[in-house]
Amino acid sequence: MDVLTENFSLYGEGFLGTLELTVYASALALVLGFVMAAFRVAPVGSFRVFGTVWVTILRNTPLTLLFFAVMLGLPRFGLVLPFELFAVLALGCYTSAFICEALRSGINTVPVGQGEAARSLGMSFTQTLGTVVLPQAFRSVIPPIGSTLIALAKNSAIAGAFSVTELLGTYKTLSELGYNIIWTFVWIAVGYLIITLSISAVFNVMEKRWGVAR
Amino acid sequence: MSRTPHASALYDVPGPQARRRHLLYGVVSTVVILGLAAWILYLLFDTEQFTAVKWRPFLYEGIQELLLEGLGNTLKAFALAAVLSLALGALLATGRLSDHRPVRWTATLLVEFFRAMPVLVMIFFIFVALKVQPLPALVAGLALYNGSVLAEVFRTGVHAVPRGQGEAAYALGMRKTQVMTWVLVPQAVRAMLPAIISQLVVALKDTSLGYLITYEEFLHAGKLIASNLDYDLPFIPVVLVISPIYIGMCMLLSWFATWVARRERRDPRTKGVDVAPAAPVTTLPGRE
Repeated sequence: MDVLTENFSLYGEGFLGTLELTVYASALALVLGFVMAAFRVAPVGSFRVFGTVWVTILRNTPLTLLFFAVMLGLPRFGLVLPFELFAVLALGCYTSAFICEALRSGINTVPVGQGEAARSLGMSFTQTLGTVVLPQAFRSVIPPIGSTLIALAKNSAIAGAFSVTELLGTYKTLSELGYNIIWTFVWIAVGYLIITLSISAVFNVMEKRWGVAR
Repeated sequence: MSRTPHASALYDVPGPQARRRHLLYGVVSTVVILGLAAWILYLLFDTEQFTAVKWRPFLYEGIQELLLEGLGNTLKAFALAAVLSLALGALLATGRLSDHRPVRWTATLLVEFFRAMPVLVMIFFIFVALKVQPLPALVAGLALYNGSVLAEVFRTGVHAVPRGQGEAAYALGMRKTQVMTWVLVPQAVRAMLPAIISQLVVALKDTSLGYLITYEEFLHAGKLIASNLDYDLPFIPVVLVISPIYIGMCMLLSWFATWVARRERRDPRTKGVDVAPAAPVTTLPGRE
C-alpha cells in the first residue's frame, strides 16, 4: 500500500500518460479507420487497393516492429518530433487497420436492398449514407470497436518501453527507489484494469442502448 | 474485388458517366499514390539509405547467421507459446464450462483478469519481479494472455453448437464428459478453427515483445546490426530487410486462417454450426 500512497504523483503521471496516449491514438485510429473503410468500399479500384494494402500490411505487422521503425526510423529522415507524438502515430495507424475492418464488416451487414430502397426514394448519396446505412452499421460495430479500443489501451504499454511517460514505465523509477517490485506491479495492473474495464463498461452501456437485439 | 460493378448498399451500379468519372478518380489517385511512393523513395536516396556501406553487412555470413538465429528464436518462442496457450485455453475453457461453481468462478476470474491486462505488463512482471529468464518470461506471458483469449474462443464455439444436439446426447444417456468429447467439442473446434489460428497470428506478432526484455529474437538481431557504427548505422536497411520477413510470416498464417475458414464452411461436418470468420474474436471483457 505504501508504494501507492508515497508515489501517488508518479503513478498519477503515468496513469494520465497512458490515458492521454489512449485518447489521442483512439481519435486518430477512428478517423483513419473511417477513411480507410470508406476507401475499401469505394467504387474506384485504386482506392480499394490502397485501403486493402494498408489494412493487410498493418494488421500483420508486430506493433513492436512498428514502434521500432517509427521511433527510430522517422528521425533518420530529419523528422524530429516528441516521442509522445510518434507513439500516437504508431498506435493510431496500427489500430486504424482493425477499426477499418470492424467498420467495413458493419457496413456489409446492411442489406443491399436498404440502399436500393433509399435510392429509389430519391435520396442522395449523403442521405443514404447518413440516414440509412450508417445508423444501421453503427449498431453492429459497437462491440468490435470497443474491443479494438481496449486492445489499443493495452498496446499503449509498448510505448512505455520506448521511453514515453506511461503507466508501465513507472516501474523503472520505483524499482530504482527500492520499493517492493511486486506491489509496484500490482498498482500498475490496477491502473490498467481501471482503464480497460471502464472502456468496456462504456461500450457495454452503448451496446445495451443502441446495439442490435440478438 | 470483382471487376464487374455490382450494386452495394452504398453505391448503385455505375452508368457510363459515373464509370468515366470513376476512371478519372482512379487515374488521379493512382498518380498521387505513386507520387507519394516516389517521394518516399527519393527521401530514402536523399538520406543515403542505399549506399553500399549500409547494405554490406547483409553480405557477411556472420550477420546472416545472426539474423537466422534471431528468426529461429522468434519461431521457437512462438511454437512454445502456441502449444502452451492452446493447452491453457482448453483447461480454462473446461473450467468455465464446469458444473461446479467454485471451479467456474475461478476460471472466469482468471480469464477476465488476463484478458484485461496488457500482455507486456505480464511479461515485465514475470521478467522483472519474478526474475525469470527472458524466454520463459516471454512464453509464459504470451501463454497466459492468449490462453485466456482462446478459452473464450473455445467456450463461444461450444455455445455455438445448437442446443438440441447436447440435449439429444444427454437423452441418449451420455454423461457430460461424453457429450463434450463426442458431440460438442469436435464441432466447436471445427467452427472456431479460423478464429483459433487468427489468435495464433496475434501470438506470433507478440513474440516481438521479447525484444523489450532483451530476448535474442529477430528484432533484437536487427537492432544489433542497426546500431553498428562500422556500417554507418544501417537502420533503415535493417527495417527494410526485417519487416517483409515478419509481415510475410504473419500474412502466411493469416491466409492459412482464411483458407481454413473457407474449407470448413464447405465441410459437411460443420453443417450444424456457423464457422467463425478468420479474425480474432472480439467479445468485450465482462460479457457473456
